[in-house]
Amino acid sequence: MAKTEDVAIFERNVAKALGDGQLRRNLRSAMATMSQRRRTLFADTEAFEQLRTLGQSIRRRALSQLPELLEQLEQRCTANGIQVHWAETAAEANAIVLDILRRHGATRVIKGKSMVSEEMHLNHFLEEQGIEALETDLGEYIIQLDGETPSHIIVPAIHKNKDQIAHLFHERIPDAPYTEVVEELNAIARGELREKFRTGDVGVSGVNFAVAETGTLCLVENEGNGRMCTTAPPVHIALMGLEKVVEKLQDVPPLLRLLTGSATGQPITTYFNMITSPRRSGELDGPHEVHLVILDNGRSGIYADPERRTTLQCIRCGACLNHCPIYTRLGGHAYGHVYPGPIGSILTPQLKGLDEAGVMATASTFCGACEEVCPVKIPFTEILRMLRNEAYARDESEHEVQGHGYRYTTVEALSWKSWALYNTSPALARIGAQMLSKFGQHLPMIGPLKEWTRVRTPPPFAPKTLHELAQQRGLDDDR
Amino acid sequence: MTANARENILSRLRAIPTHGRYTVPEAPVIAGLALSREERIDRLRRMLEVMHAEVQVVAAREWLGELKTLLRTRALNGLLYAPATPLGAVLEAAWEEGLPPLVPYVEPVEQCRESLFTIDAGITSTRGAIAETGALILWPSVAEPRLMSLTPGLHIAVLEAEAIFNTFAEAIDRQGWLEQGMPTNVLLISGPSKTADIELTLTFGVHGPKELVVFILQ
Repeated sequence: MAKTEDVAIFERNVAKALGDGQLRRNLRSAMATMSQRRRTLFADTEAFEQLRTLGQSIRRRALSQLPELLEQLEQRCTANGIQVHWAETAAEANAIVLDILRRHGATRVIKGKSMVSEEMHLNHFLEEQGIEALETDLGEYIIQLDGETPSHIIVPAIHKNKDQIAHLFHERIPDAPYTEVVEELNAIARGELREKFRTGDVGVSGVNFAVAETGTLCLVENEGNGRMCTTAPPVHIALMGLEKVVEKLQDVPPLLRLLTGSATGQPITTYFNMITSPRRSGELDGPHEVHLVILDNGRSGIYADPERRTTLQCIRCGACLNHCPIYTRLGGHAYGHVYPGPIGSILTPQLKGLDEAGVMATASTFCGACEEVCPVKIPFTEILRMLRNEAYARDESEHEVQGHGYRYTTVEALSWKSWALYNTSPALARIGAQMLSKFGQHLPMIGPLKEWTRVRTPPPFAPKTLHELAQQRGLDDDR
Repeated sequence: MTANARENILSRLRAIPTHGRYTVPEAPVIAGLALSREERIDRLRRMLEVMHAEVQVVAAREWLGELKTLLRTRALNGLLYAPATPLGAVLEAAWEEGLPPLVPYVEPVEQCRESLFTIDAGITSTRGAIAETGALILWPSVAEPRLMSLTPGLHIAVLEAEAIFNTFAEAIDRQGWLEQGMPTNVLLISGPSKTADIELTLTFGVHGPKELVVFILQ
């Protein structure tokens, strides 16, 4: 069964990541810098608290009327000339993209950064169809050259340092000299990609916010590659998870501020790109066709539960990754899925089912740092707790997360039953406690005890129980 | 397949939850910045400069002189401009020997792609700016296309000081974006293109302009 397999893989990944000194060093400095920049921008904690309460309110208002807003978005986009497509699964979304590409005889696709496209494994899919899908965000370009996937949702190549990138460019890009100077590495990528922007057949991008009121797609970026992909080729395909919609144009400014500030500590990015239609009559540039693909891929299942729906408030800033004691030590790849860190830990098990990705919910210390920094106040720990409970829950009627009960074992269930019996029977508890204080040191180290003591020294059992100590002090049973 | 997808998705989203409630907390009212005209100019300049834009606050009748001085110090193969705009007319009237040639953007991109990707500089007007975060508002149009502020290595933007708003929200409101309808593309631009994707080292001039020069006309 998948259960033991995914747990074992995760444990292997963790051991590997923790043992990788280079990765640990790269991550440590990067994560400290990112969180410091955010802290500096939002130094006024009272103002930040107000702003994020507003952000939470905007996102929750949008989700509370999601089907209506999606319909309004579709209607406005269509009126503006944007062609809207709906996809229930990643495979359907890939098929929609391929169909558009085929109709235009496209062989070269240039891509702006999009986590949804990662979720679809779009590049891999298109490659199989003989279509080149080139990542143009510098970080994405780097990892694509190395055949990797993003390890962070904002800075995808953060696990690599410049020496590693210098080697990579020198080896993989024809005629690229070896250089460790960041500006020169950047210039090499600029030179390579400029030609691609000029000749690309179709541009693919994600969507940061889709405004239902006006049918406007908003994109946040610094490099200009997003603008290139959405302006230079004759066709633009925008991919969005169905939760990305907001109600009003005026909802955008506070969310933009929260997004760029939380992600990189910037008051605003270099470019905020608002696209409302394809090229209109008389205009000299811009794509003739704009397509919007609205992807479900498990999101409507999350939506069905009002408590777990808060997961969909996310604006993908990555602040929870930068502040997570687990993520900052492991990096993104160890999680084994597209979305890493705290957001990945609550989102992925719900999108894919607990039986496939439930182990991600165990990657938390419940320190709550993610909750403290989240710009839209997602209750991470509450959802994590719910997912962990569901992992052991067998009863069909009460549970909604797909794959619930995947970690249920008879032995464990029996153990907890015994534990309950022990604690509800005073006589049994007394005898048991006495036995443990006498013979506890000699317990056989098997099963979970063996695992637990592998890297820990077992503490000695106290000669007297807390109950006995309290009685000695003359405390009442009731106090 | 896709016709069904739409109905299936919407009907799943419409299903009544069996338990729990989803509440919408009240939105706090946040007072935006309220700066004087001078403060707005000052803040915009400061914010843009932090993002490595070069900002010149000049009297309206002097800015052309400053532009010419700037262009004479560079070896540029041309300055892309939009002839059908008020700015375009001003440039044509003022152009003289010793300046890079004015190159009009008048053909569809399909016919001039090559030159768009090789020209050194482009000049555009702006529709306004945002003091709080430091950003120009560009409103490309039939007369002034989108790529003008993207493909040239040097982007020069001309801004009327009167059009600097406190916040993004105020600009949307006061300029009536909703009432007049959104154009094909609106852009907020806060500096030359940049990246920090390698070891978080900030580097300017990635895929968009390497330099942004802003003339704020008093």
